[in-house]
Amino acid sequence: MCGTCGCGSDTNGPTILKPGEHNHSHDVHHHNHDGHTHSHEHHTHEDHTHAHNHSHNHKHKVLEIEQDILQNNQVLAARNRGYFEAKNIFALNLVSSPGSGKTSILERTLSDLKNEIPFYVIEGDQQTLNDANRIDVLNIPVIQINTGKGCHLESDIVYEAVKKLEIKNNSILMIENVGNLVCPSMFDLGESKRVVIISTTEGDDKPIKYPDMFHTSDICIINKIDLLPYLNTDIEKLKGYALQVNPKLQFFEVSATTGEGMEAWYNWLKENI
Amino acid sequence: MHELSIVMGIVKIAEDETAKVKENAVAKIELEIGQLAGVELDALNFVWESAVKDSVLEHALKTIIEIPGKAICADCDREFYLNNIFDSCPNCNSNFKGIIQGKELRVKSLEVI
Repeated sequence: MCGTCGCGSDTNGPTILKPGEHNHSHDVHHHNHDGHTHSHEHHTHEDHTHAHNHSHNHKHKVLEIEQDILQNNQVLAARNRGYFEAKNIFALNLVSSPGSGKTSILERTLSDLKNEIPFYVIEGDQQTLNDANRIDVLNIPVIQINTGKGCHLESDIVYEAVKKLEIKNNSILMIENVGNLVCPSMFDLGESKRVVIISTTEGDDKPIKYPDMFHTSDICIINKIDLLPYLNTDIEKLKGYALQVNPKLQFFEVSATTGEGMEAWYNWLKENI
Repeated sequence: MHELSIVMGIVKIAEDETAKVKENAVAKIELEIGQLAGVELDALNFVWESAVKDSVLEHALKTIIEIPGKAICADCDREFYLNNIFDSCPNCNSNFKGIIQGKELRVKSLEVI
């Protein structure tokens, strides 16, 4: 059974597509990698295992393996991170609830900065090429990952997408995760920084309702500030909750629609490349 | 529901380790799951049965050892237990802390047959 989508076979699994490509290749289904075997090698601990093997009556052997369940994801995330560092690629993992404006922030950022900085984009969604098509019209290299029924991106599928993107040195890679404020928090993709986006319409207590995502992020973008006059949301209260979860969080208050506040975000991006 | 990915990770580990010692099945498996690890045990138990089907874990007895969350305050060095990742220091009320326990997500041991 597939762990990402829960399907019985491989045919429903994640796919990686460029805009214009057709959905016929399933060979990237991400738990088929040879890499798995290699990544477990250094945890074999022959001596350790044997030292603890005590035989029971019916040949029962107890293996004290103490192995991290997400180790495979972490190993491949480290591989991605090394690749990004070597090529001076500033990689951002953009996470949020569905509809908070990730793609709109991306569109605005890319249109405004594409003449200054080379950008690459990986889009994660359960279905459709819609987001990749929105980026593609800006003439930015983009790959769409469709996770099928999966609720988050994992480092191995990002690795496959990165290979396909052929990213140039000294650029910015935007990885737009699946819209979901719970599951993606556990899966390191190898990003340089994690950016959580929350919109003003979502209520000010969201950071403590979904603390894991805010705890693991470096940057918090508060989007749709142009709507504040029409809402009861208290932005200071929202920031207070977010800082309670993660005191190191750095904020940008923006409106992707009007462009308000985007300059500070752009300056931060430029400083980091 | 990322718990399914987690269980598939456990199945993969169990398959690999069982093959390494040339055995066929797992009789017992012990998991260590921190209370701050972001895993809903109800969801994990819910997906377990269908996820382990046809694997070495199909008939395994599962034991989950829950590990409580613990942090050390960055301002006053107090060690304290926490129920939520955003709990502040009970001594000085600071939010700056290092989590030292409770994020575990490990296969502790397997009893193979």
